[in-house]
Amino acid sequence: MESVNDILDQAQADIGAADDLRALEDLRVHYLGKKGAVTALLKSLGGMAPEERKTFGQEVNRAKQAIQQALNDRRSGLEMAALEARLAGERVDVTLPGRGTARGGPHPVTRAMQRIIDLFSRLGFEVATGPEVEDDHHNFESLNFPAHHPARAMHDTFYFADGRLLRTHTSPVQVRAMLAQGAPIRIIAPGRVYRSDYDQTHSPMFHQVEGLLVGESVNMADLKGVLQAFVNAFFETDMGTRFRPSYFPFTEPSAEMDVAWDKGDGSEPGWLEILGCGMVHPNVLAACDIDSERYVGYAFGMGVERLAMLRYGVTDLRPFFDNDLRFLRQFR
Amino acid sequence: MKFSVDWLKQWVPVTQGAGELAGALTAAGLEVDTVTPVASAFAGVVVGQITACEPHPDADKLQLCRVDDGSGETLQVVCGAPNARPGLKMPFARVGAELDGGDQGVFRIGKARLRGVESFGMCCSARELGLSEDHDGLMELPADAPVGEDFRAFLDLDDRVIDLELTPNRADCLGIKGLARDVAAITGVAGTPLTIEPVTPALDEGVDIELLDPADCPRYVGRVLKGIDPTAPSPLWMREALRRSGIRSISAVVDATNYVLMELGQPMHAFDLDTLQGGVSVRRGRAGESLTLLDGKVVELDDSLLAICDASGPVALAGIMGGLDSGVTDVTSNVLLESAWFRPATIMGKARDLGLHTDASHRFERGVDPAGQVEAMERITALLLEICGGEAGPLLVAESPEHLPGRRPVRLRLDRLNRVLGSDLDAATVEGILRRLGMKLETVDGGWVATPPSSRFDIEIEEDLVEEVARIHGYDQLPAALPSGELTLPALSESTVPGAAVRDALCAADYFEAITYAFVDRGVLESLHLEAGALPLANPISSDMDVMRTALLPGLLKALGRNLRYQAGRVRLFETGKVFLQGDALVEVERVAAVACGPALPEQWGASTREVDFFDVKGDLERLLGLRGESADIRFEACERPFLHPGQAADVVVDGAVTGWVGALHPACQKALGLKTRVFAFELDLASISNREIPHANNISSFPLVRRDLAFLVPEGVSFAEIDAVTREVAGTLLTDLIIFDQFSGQGVEKGYKSLAIGLILQDVSSTLTDEVVESVIDRVVKGLDSRLEAQLRG
Repeated sequence: MESVNDILDQAQADIGAADDLRALEDLRVHYLGKKGAVTALLKSLGGMAPEERKTFGQEVNRAKQAIQQALNDRRSGLEMAALEARLAGERVDVTLPGRGTARGGPHPVTRAMQRIIDLFSRLGFEVATGPEVEDDHHNFESLNFPAHHPARAMHDTFYFADGRLLRTHTSPVQVRAMLAQGAPIRIIAPGRVYRSDYDQTHSPMFHQVEGLLVGESVNMADLKGVLQAFVNAFFETDMGTRFRPSYFPFTEPSAEMDVAWDKGDGSEPGWLEILGCGMVHPNVLAACDIDSERYVGYAFGMGVERLAMLRYGVTDLRPFFDNDLRFLRQFR
Repeated sequence: MKFSVDWLKQWVPVTQGAGELAGALTAAGLEVDTVTPVASAFAGVVVGQITACEPHPDADKLQLCRVDDGSGETLQVVCGAPNARPGLKMPFARVGAELDGGDQGVFRIGKARLRGVESFGMCCSARELGLSEDHDGLMELPADAPVGEDFRAFLDLDDRVIDLELTPNRADCLGIKGLARDVAAITGVAGTPLTIEPVTPALDEGVDIELLDPADCPRYVGRVLKGIDPTAPSPLWMREALRRSGIRSISAVVDATNYVLMELGQPMHAFDLDTLQGGVSVRRGRAGESLTLLDGKVVELDDSLLAICDASGPVALAGIMGGLDSGVTDVTSNVLLESAWFRPATIMGKARDLGLHTDASHRFERGVDPAGQVEAMERITALLLEICGGEAGPLLVAESPEHLPGRRPVRLRLDRLNRVLGSDLDAATVEGILRRLGMKLETVDGGWVATPPSSRFDIEIEEDLVEEVARIHGYDQLPAALPSGELTLPALSESTVPGAAVRDALCAADYFEAITYAFVDRGVLESLHLEAGALPLANPISSDMDVMRTALLPGLLKALGRNLRYQAGRVRLFETGKVFLQGDALVEVERVAAVACGPALPEQWGASTREVDFFDVKGDLERLLGLRGESADIRFEACERPFLHPGQAADVVVDGAVTGWVGALHPACQKALGLKTRVFAFELDLASISNREIPHANNISSFPLVRRDLAFLVPEGVSFAEIDAVTREVAGTLLTDLIIFDQFSGQGVEKGYKSLAIGLILQDVSSTLTDEVVESVIDRVVKGLDSRLEAQLRG
């Protein structure tokens, strides 16, 4: 009979040489199966003296465990190698583009407008809207534009046969909101406006955001502060600003705000007008049944295209309305 | 309003440079558009005089001139100007002079040989010195011009022109005099207004002046001037002042009226007295009357227009333009001068209605100083007598004082001023500013009562005074307060779908947002059969933008077409915006629409190329509708719309109401619009997706689900929606989901039928489903579909 050690040595050699799982299984049967070499040794225990049986039994069991361990180790090794081989075959070129559809994007004007809305929303301004086909009363009269006044010449107006018109600014929303809600009030009114002017720097349709705040302790310092804070937040940098006296029939005092703008072409930064504003004219408050002794308000209006042009480096107004995908794709 | 700084300095001796002055004006609300030099940058040019001329030996058009440049010796200069002649004084560029060569940089005058003859300098035209576009010949200087004097100094050419963009409320600054008053207030420099002395009449001749409509014309000042020399040239200083204000020199009389207009802001007019029949009257026009204006335009009058008339009828359009027949010419020796005040409301908009815009109408409709007519008449009389000679008649003043506007006193409270401005200005500062602005002040408790100067039409209420104080003090000197206020937290509506979510959903589905004009071509609407309810514009900017859109589709198709022309094969655009539907009343409806054409997916290596189809776009729409949440009631029903393919069009039914459509553009419309690809589109009322229910959670089942797949042979006319509805109805509540995973017809399927494969997902909330229960559900579905829709289970 072979010695236990001989069997163990042979088994370990055989297992180490097994190169697939089937060969390993055969070896398991050969050594540990019912008719296997180690099993045969165990069977031989029955004929031994108790003392010898104890010693020899321990020896065989140790060998059996060692063989089992060798089998397990070899199996893990073979399985790992098989997995690695399979994974190697499944390698893909990870730099190939992903599958499926692409992503579109919002229009740059909407994008700028949303930014304006988001910023003023944080200050508690609520969005108000109004009709785009307006009447003379809301667009002009109630905003203190007398009939035929030269100030109207600044608004080239589209009319309909019955005298209605396309709103020339978002300011009529001020009037409608004040009539509906009274004072105090804090709104912004984003929307499309129309002027009959069509060239390189004018579009017959464009976008404005109007703001209005009326309260008992509102003043021009607040107006300056809120607009300075707005442009700093919109452009995410401290902008130089200046306020100039101007004229709008519906505000008094009236102002325009300029920002210091570096064109980036090496020329001196210049002042660029970005919005009009002022303290709500008492005639407008009166037209809205608001007591101008008790309440003071400010209003402002900005052209969204102008802000979008500055923010996104657009140098011409026309591409905004051409809707060319090559242009729009840049704002994805 | 263009003016030269030197002219302004005659009225207010400011010491700032033009740039600094411009900054101060802008900061005070008189916005400066440009500051420009009055001449180009040149040096070494002096007043020269031609002493002799002889022909050039080798050139017909050149002359050899002897030029005295004041240096003591006369120089030989070759000159090609037609007006070069002995005795002429002109600007002379000496050898070494530097002229502005425009893009070519500095142009240095050197000794030259012209056709073999040496030339020592250059006689200059006005254009060569950047003074005007005039290049017809040498610039002719007056006989008393001092030879040898530096030409820049002689004409004060280091002056600057400031161009103001005045707001309509500041008519008072449309003349040097008014502007100087504001500049004095802004800079704190005391003004030095010109003293205008009355002219002593040499004649007693006059004409009758009748104010038939004193409310429109409460003052008309006239004067007769006789025996003037119509050919007398305007003096150089006047021509230069006008040139710097952008006004061309015409004749002495016209130049003088323009000079007074620019100086005092008072529009003036001169009639040829000999063409007038009798005296003049000011009245409204009458139907049937017409007038040929100075520019040749014929105007039909009516009672909306104010006219100056003589015995024969209208001779001038009041405040706008004179008539051609009564205008001064180069033979006019007797004139009637006019200096009138017309009510702004009477003139407002009239010139514009006639397609005119004149310096006079611009001022009268904004408001001319009602106190300035006599002064302006004295000024022009003195100027004309000096330039053209002649004799003046007496002042002819017709007026109706009760119709002349007066400035009402306006109260200003110091605490109100500081409350509105958020400032802390003291009484002395405010009072100082008001006085500098020429207000008459009366101090009252807590403030003042201020009476503005007669030219300040814009000051009517307390806020106007607040603005005056603020702008002179400086807007940038006023405090700015950081945003503050009570913190409030209004409810945040969760059942409102934000507009941004709609845009995000479509962007995620690979659509780009477009913004198209709200006015479209009526013809395009017609070719899409969408013209019903289209509201036409009375004054469209062009014929392809003549009606308000009734749908977003036309604008998007136009944008799509444009992109196709620029070789984009795959175009996917959407827009949100209003459409305008004119019925009994006008309705503005907010919509969202999208168009798609070309491949369903961008070209890629990992998916086969396939053209977009109905179900792609419907899927995009369904994802958009998904914003409404799980519980929304949304159906699609086959529909017929004339602009859609009759077999690929569906109404979108939300909560039982049709709110939009999805489909393929009708091939006939596609052709009419010149689109070469199939286009799929949808359009939907935004309101139908702007509200959603706030979710309410149910417990989820912990029991296993069972799936059974069934295939049916279904008559072609039966829609999936019907199969779905019947199945859900007969299966009952155990059916938690129904999936259609295959549909086909053709090979292997009987003609007139289609094969439909559906998966039923069954699950109970309280127990594991038994085979028995599942079978009974399947049995009900099979029988129900068979009996109600003739759908047979396939083997």
